[in-house]
Order: sequence, then structure tokens, then C-alpha cells
Amino acid sequence: MSVYESPLREALILGDDKNYSKITDDIVRNTEGRPPLRWWIAFVISAATALFGVFCLAWTVWFGIGVWGLNKTVDWAWDITNFVWWIGIGHAGTLISAVLLLFRQKWRTGINRAAEAMTIFAVVCAGLFPIFHMGRVWMAFFIFPYPNTRGPLWVNFTSPLLWDVFAISTYFTVSLLFWYSGLMPDFATIRDRAKTARRKMIYNVLSFGWMGTAKQWQRFESLSLVLAGLSTPLVLSVHTIVSFDFATSVIPGWHTTIFPPYFVAGAIFSGFAMVQTLMLITRKLFSLEDYITPAHLESMNKVIVLTGSIVGVAYITELVIAWYSGYLYEQYAFYNRALGPYKWAYISMMTCNVLSPQVFWFKKIRTSVFWSFVLSIFVNVGMWFERFVIIVTSLHRDFLPSSWNYFTPTWVDMGIYVGTIGIFFTLFLLFARTFPVIAIAEVKAIFRSSSEVSRAQMSAPLDFSDVHHAEEHGHSGGGAHATVQHNKNFNEQ
Amino acid sequence: MSASSLDYNKFVVGLYDHEATLLKAIKKIRSNGVEIHDALSPFPVHGIDPLLGLKDTRIHTAGFFFGMTGTTVGLSLITFIAKFNYPMIVGGKPHWAIPSYIPVIFEMTVLYAAVGMVLTYLIRNKLWPGRVPRIFDKRTTDHLFALTFAIDEKSEADITKIKSLLTETGAIEVNTKEFHDTDEPLS
Repeated sequence: MSVYESPLREALILGDDKNYSKITDDIVRNTEGRPPLRWWIAFVISAATALFGVFCLAWTVWFGIGVWGLNKTVDWAWDITNFVWWIGIGHAGTLISAVLLLFRQKWRTGINRAAEAMTIFAVVCAGLFPIFHMGRVWMAFFIFPYPNTRGPLWVNFTSPLLWDVFAISTYFTVSLLFWYSGLMPDFATIRDRAKTARRKMIYNVLSFGWMGTAKQWQRFESLSLVLAGLSTPLVLSVHTIVSFDFATSVIPGWHTTIFPPYFVAGAIFSGFAMVQTLMLITRKLFSLEDYITPAHLESMNKVIVLTGSIVGVAYITELVIAWYSGYLYEQYAFYNRALGPYKWAYISMMTCNVLSPQVFWFKKIRTSVFWSFVLSIFVNVGMWFERFVIIVTSLHRDFLPSSWNYFTPTWVDMGIYVGTIGIFFTLFLLFARTFPVIAIAEVKAIFRSSSEVSRAQMSAPLDFSDVHHAEEHGHSGGGAHATVQHNKNFNEQ
Repeated sequence: MSASSLDYNKFVVGLYDHEATLLKAIKKIRSNGVEIHDALSPFPVHGIDPLLGLKDTRIHTAGFFFGMTGTTVGLSLITFIAKFNYPMIVGGKPHWAIPSYIPVIFEMTVLYAAVGMVLTYLIRNKLWPGRVPRIFDKRTTDHLFALTFAIDEKSEADITKIKSLLTETGAIEVNTKEFHDTDEPLS
């Protein structure tokens, strides 16, 4: 097959012993046999945390949301911060799968499966917050428009909160379909090497009876491409709509037109950071260093520094526009944000989001596993603070100074947040043990062009020895002649 | 050519270990007038469709129509609710405020297109939970590529010809596979 890859590109599948069956072995191995002890340790910790989160949710339902730290002035705080944080994290999966597929980025294949799984788990965690904030969770289905016995009573289609309902439920559904349609062929791979009848049966059910015929693959590719094309505007629309929750209000500090692009950039930023965190753990825990290579980490760090800088520009633009607007309340909102009682949060946000990723301009740092991990945590923390800063600082200084207030979370608030992290990691660990964490078929598809083995087999890159000879000749003979000679030799290659 | 035709029960299966050999083999075999039943591979092999004479899939066209259905459903639903069934006055604004309906209509378009396309994909590819496929060779989901030939109605001479063509074109293994039931249990 005529595959040409520039020799300048780094190989994406390392190891000189790789071939198709080795790829299958390396990836499927993690789903076979007994889980290692470190997996059990991680799982027990995550599951215990998740259970504590469930307990705090039950506490909330039993006693009402009065157990949260919200007050009359700050009526959105911890819950909505966590909601936006999780939704933002959930953006990287689809972005990696969809946008990078459309841009034909081959490094996507090593990380897309886990990133998509992460998306789904993050959206699950995100969804819990608005649902439990409703108070009477058992009536959560009221948010959907359906004919009912309460008279002709419908949801309000002009409200951004309702747009959110549609955006997030669509996003969850489409991400799930995208993820699962890619999983079917890989489940078939696991099925065909299963040793026991039970395992064979389970993985056959999961694979939907995949065979891998030419026509199935043709439809598979068409489906992936169109779903990627649909997901790209979808992923942008979801965070745009999340930002509308704030931007369409009349709260100074919220009603700015920069919100949609700024939220989308922030979502990509935090999502990539979370993918980075998870990938660094996964590659170590499951020995997948050959598939999630330094080249992958570097590419992700490049996206992080780009989106981090966009976010930084957005922060500064907000300040400049507040000053330029001449609008006293807007100016106060931003003055108070940076220098008011919540300045500790503002400083944390600025340090983690704007300053810390700038060190990725140095190649040494952006290719270092240790620093990638440390900085990915910084970004995760910083992006949490960004949402907290936007939401709480804009609310706590009400229009009436007599209503001014300070928000402090209660143990229930914190318990639910920590609990969602537990739920997220529990789901991810279960996924990593039972599902192929790397898209086997997709990695095989780039094997001929991007593996270390094929690179070595490919014919040597253009031989420039003649050209150099011509240049040397040219130096002695005169500039113009040398150029002609150079081109001539080059064309003959 | 059909993905899982159950009209035949006896097959010759040729196995290849490199996609480039497979593509050359398909060309050679078809130019010899031998009909290939199907090709199986562990990942999508680019350039295989025209060689096998497969027509382009129309699943993306279906996706477009599903999407349009979503747009229409979204717009008509909101119009019915907001203009006729429950016209609510909010700050003297028009009942039928199209710009603020765009987000929901867009999400409906994407939702319908995605769900519709995936369902079409599953139905056309005959995929459902619990479906038991015919497995010609277990290694085709791992590292080998297979070409299958239906030989129920073929003479001995034809079969010999197929087998020799397979060996000639670099098949690493040539087997015959017979299915006894229409649905073969996983083995």
C-alpha cells in the first residue's frame, strides 16, 4: 500500500517487536486474568469515595438543599461550579475523537477511546448537580416537554436552562453512540480470543455480533465520519449553551458576549488536562507506554498551552472591556473579583490557568511525563476555580448592599463534589478493566504508517548526498550557478 | 456480495497476513473471473471497496434525512407549544421567538441524525446484542485478512482453481469451512 509519512513525524506506536497480534495482546491483556493489586487499591478508594458521595446526596434529598451552603444572595455556587467543571472535562473526549478525526490527526487513535469514556463518565457526574439542586429529584422529569395532566403546561423554550437540558442530553446520547459504535469491533477481537464460553458469550453480546466484513467496515467508516461531523458543532454548542446560562442573565460579570468562545476554550483546556491526567495514570497502570507515547503527551500539551493562552486572553479582555464600558457595576464586579473577599480564588485561577501552562513552551517540560502530570493537575484545579470565581464573586455582592454575603461550602457540598470524583474514577477503573482502553482497530489502521517497525522498513528518506555535493561545488563556482545545479539535482531524485 | 448471506453453507477461506497482498490478490482473483463472497479484516482496509466492486454506502444520506426530520420535529413541536397550545406572554415579547428556539432545534437535528444513523447502521450491518455471527476464522479480528468464496454450487475444478489462485496470490493458509445450521453457535 502506498503510505507515505514524513520521516520527521514521530512514530506513534513504539517498540520494535510490534505487529498486529502484538497490538491485540498488549491492549486486550488488561481485560484478561485477575486485576493487579494496584487496581484493587485504586478501586476500593474510588468506590468508598463514591459511596460517601451517594450518602451526601441522600442526606441532601432527606433534609432538603438547606444543608448546602447556599444562601439567599448566593443561590448558585458549589453545585453549578461542579456542573460546569465536569461538563467542561467532558468536552475533550468528543473533541479528540471528532475534531481530530476530521483533521486526520493520527495521534488521536491512542487516546480517543479512553477520552470518550471519560466524556461519558464526566457528563454523568455533571448531570447529578442540577438534578439534585432541583430539590425534589423525583420530579426531575418535569424538565422534558411532554403532554401532561397539569393543563396545557409546557417548559419554557426561551430559557437557556431548558436549552441546557436539550444540549446535555443530546451530547450524552451522541457521545455514547459514538463511543459504542467504535467499541463493537474491538469487543469482537476480545470475543475471538476468549478462552471460556461465558466470556465468549458476554463479549459477543457486547460486540453485537460483529464480523468485520468489507461492507461492515465501509459503513463503519461512513458512520464515524458523519458522527464526527455532527459532534463537532455539537461539542461547541453544548458549552456555548452552558455559557448562555450566565451570559443571557443581567448579572454584572455574567452578561458578557465573550462567554461562549471563552467557555468553549476553557472546556477544551480543562478536558485535555483531565485526559492528560488519566492517560498518564492509565499508561503506567496498564503498561501502555508504547501506545500512549511522549509524542501523544506533547501534542496534548500543545493544545493545553494554546487553549490556556486563549483563556488568559479572555480573562484580560473581560477586565479591559469592563473598564472601557464605563459601566460602574460591571467595573465593580471585576474590581471585586480580583481584589475583593474572593481574591484568593482569583489568584489561584490566574496562577493555575494562565501562568502555569506557559511553561509548556519549553520542549523539555512539555515532553516530560512528570511535569505533564503536575501541570495537568494544576489546570484541573485552576479550571475549577475559574467557574467558582465567575459564579460566586458575581453573585455575592448583590444589587442591594444589605444583601451582601459570603459563601462557604458545608461538608455536604464538599462531600458531593468529592463523591463525584469517586464515581468518575470508579467508572473509569471498571471501564479500564473490562473494555479495551485503546481503540485496537484504529491503532492497527495506523500501524503501517506510524509505527516504529514500519518506519524502519520504509525506504530511506530522500538521499541528499548529491545536493550537498552540488552546494560544495557551488561555493567555489559562484552563487547563481550553484542554485541551478542544486535544483537540477533535486529534481532528478 | 452480501455481508452475511446465509444462502451458502460451504466456503473456501483464504488467509493473508498483509493488507497490500490482500489488495493485489483481490485484483488478480477477480480478473480471473472468480467471484469473491466477502472479505474480512481486523480494521478497515483503505481502497478495498472499489476492488471488491462494492458500491458506496448511502448511510450518510440517510443521516441527512434523519437530521432534517429532527429539525422539522423540533420546529413544529415548539411552534405548536409556544404559539398555539400554551402562548405565554413574557415581557411583551412575541410568542413565536424563532432566534431563541435555534439551540433546541439544532440539538434535535443532531440527536435525530445520530440516533437514526446508528439504528440504520445496526440494521443494515445486521448487528444486535446476542446476534451470533458466522466466524470464518477467529484470527480475522486479530491479525489476518480473509477472502471467502461460496462453494455450495461450485464444481471440484472450480474449487481447485480458487485454491490455486489463493496460493498464487500469497495466501498464507487456505481452508474450507462448512456451516451446518443457519445460525452457527460460537465455537
